[in-house]
This record gives sequence, structure tokens and C-alpha cells, in this order.
Amino acid sequence: MCSYVTKKAAVEGSGKGSGGWFRLSSVMTYLDHPYHSPYEHTLNIDFLNEEKGPGARVAVELTPESARELVACIEAALAAAPDLAG
Amino acid sequence: MYRRLIGEEVRITGHGGDEINAYLARPLGPGPYPGVGVIHHMPGWDEATTEIARRFAAHGYLAIVPNLHYREGPDASPDDAAAASRAAGGVPDERFLGDLAGALSHLASLGEHSGRSGVIGYCSGGRQAFLAACSLELDAAVDCYGAFVVGQPPAEFPIKMTPLVGRVGDLRCPLLGLFGNDDQRPSPADVDELEAELKRVGADYEFHRYDGAGHGFFATDRTMYRPEAAVDGWERIFDFFGRHLGGDRGAA
Repeated sequence: MCSYVTKKAAVEGSGKGSGGWFRLSSVMTYLDHPYHSPYEHTLNIDFLNEEKGPGARVAVELTPESARELVACIEAALAAAPDLAG
Repeated sequence: MYRRLIGEEVRITGHGGDEINAYLARPLGPGPYPGVGVIHHMPGWDEATTEIARRFAAHGYLAIVPNLHYREGPDASPDDAAAASRAAGGVPDERFLGDLAGALSHLASLGEHSGRSGVIGYCSGGRQAFLAACSLELDAAVDCYGAFVVGQPPAEFPIKMTPLVGRVGDLRCPLLGLFGNDDQRPSPADVDELEAELKRVGADYEFHRYDGAGHGFFATDRTMYRPEAAVDGWERIFDFFGRHLGGDRGAA
């Protein structure tokens, strides 16, 4: 099935895409069909700078289990240095 | 089987007079050949969809895949353009219809065209194939597991999409529907509801549903590929288009 469900948020930071580094303005996540991964559904993450055009994109397609691992890793990294994480 | 083919990118006039690109695959012969508009899924104007177009060409069809995400990324890769389209809320129905109509007009302008054309779509393209069958002059349409022909999209739904079941009386051509019984969008209940409506209005349709298959069972590069359903499905498609478009009825 197609979930179509898409969550977007504004972000600050940088990402490295096919044209090198660029400033990020948003992140989009969706559990839907991937472009490349050979699975039915993946948790897809697009880091974007929409002002710079569609090529300003860092994309990953993770299995749901891998996406949860990523969330846990991020949370653990942030928790390890709360004075830096704000 | 037509062994001499050409596949190429062409420019067509889409919705609002906009120039967009499309992939055209056709046999290298004098024709006449019927036309097929192939509607790509949400991940975009990708390699798998162009492969489908070449398959139709190998069976004696002029097959065209309009790039529905062209405007979001004229120079971008298809995956980047698909992401930009999603970020912008998806492809509006009216724009899709204009782009498909332009693609079919391009086929009709070719000297090899027989004068008959159909449409086929997968996933979100399945819904769009149904929409086209209710809106454009077509001779046949195939909906492969299109979601939200019936059923309301969830709240906070980011993609511009409305149910089409209310349009069932507008259906202008025979419809073939292929569905997996393990799919949830469309679910078997959704397919039942659509079929009941088609029966109610006396539509010319045929549905085939496959046990042990879910969404995307035609996708050979995905874990949801189901060879038994896909092989039977391709046979149904070529038989259906053969009857209604006058094309080659040979199985894949």
C-alpha cells in the first residue's frame, strides 16, 4: 500500500549531496515506497533546501527497523551531552 | 513480439500549454499500432516505468510515459523531482489530466498510431488511470492497485487527493482492475465498494484479485513482487488491450 503520509519540519544545518555541501532548510520523512531500496516500504528521509532546487537533497531510505535504530542513536547521542544538546 | 524497438525522450505539450518531457517506446515498423499512456507511481518517472513502456512496445504498442514531476525538477534526477513533488503536495489532478492528454495527443500525431489508445497506471497511477477513464476520450483503462479511488484519505494528508468513486458514472471506456488481496490501500473492502458501484451503473469492467499478493506485486525489483500474480496480470492486460485497442494479445 501507499501511505502517502509525509511529515515535514524546518531544520538548520548542512548536508552533503551530489553537488557538495549545502545549507539545509527542511527535512521530510515518509513511510512509503522507496526509489532504490528493494523493499515494499521504507522510512524515507529527504534533507532539503527547496530554494536551491530539487537537486539540493540528501536522501536515505531505511527499513522501519533501521529507522528506529537511527532514532535511538540520535536520542542517545543527544542525551550523552545534554549540556551541548540544549 | 516486436524485436526492433526504439525508446527515447520526447518533448510534449502538457497541461496549460507547458512543455514537459516524456519517455516514448515504440516498435520500429510502419504500424498501425495502438497507443498506451503509462502512468508512473509516486517515486517518479523511473527506470521501472520506462521498462514497462518498452514491454508494451515489444508487444506492438506505442507507449508513452509523461513525466508528471517535470515541473518540480526540469533538470533534476527523477528521484529528486519526485521528492520535490511530494514536498509541494503532489500532482494536482487537473494538471495530471492535461499532461496525460498531451501525451496521448503526441501518440495520435505519430504516423504509426492506429487511432485507439488506452491508459495504465500503477499505485498512485492506478487512481490516476481511473480518473483519466472518467475524464478523457480513451478506449480502455487499467487500474493496478490504485488507492483512494474509494475511501477518504486520512486527516493531515499532505497529498492533494480526493476519492473518485462518485465519478463512476462518468466512466467512458472499459476498465480492467488488478488488485492484491493482502493490500490495505486499496483494501479488499475498498475494491468491493468500487466493484459494487461499477455494477450499479452498469459499467464495462473486469476485476482480478490475487491471493498471496499485496500492493505493488508487479514490481520485479521489490520484495513485494509476486510472480504468479504478475504473470497472470500481464496476460490479463495484454488480453484486455488486445480486445479493446486491437493490439497484440500475446502474453508477456
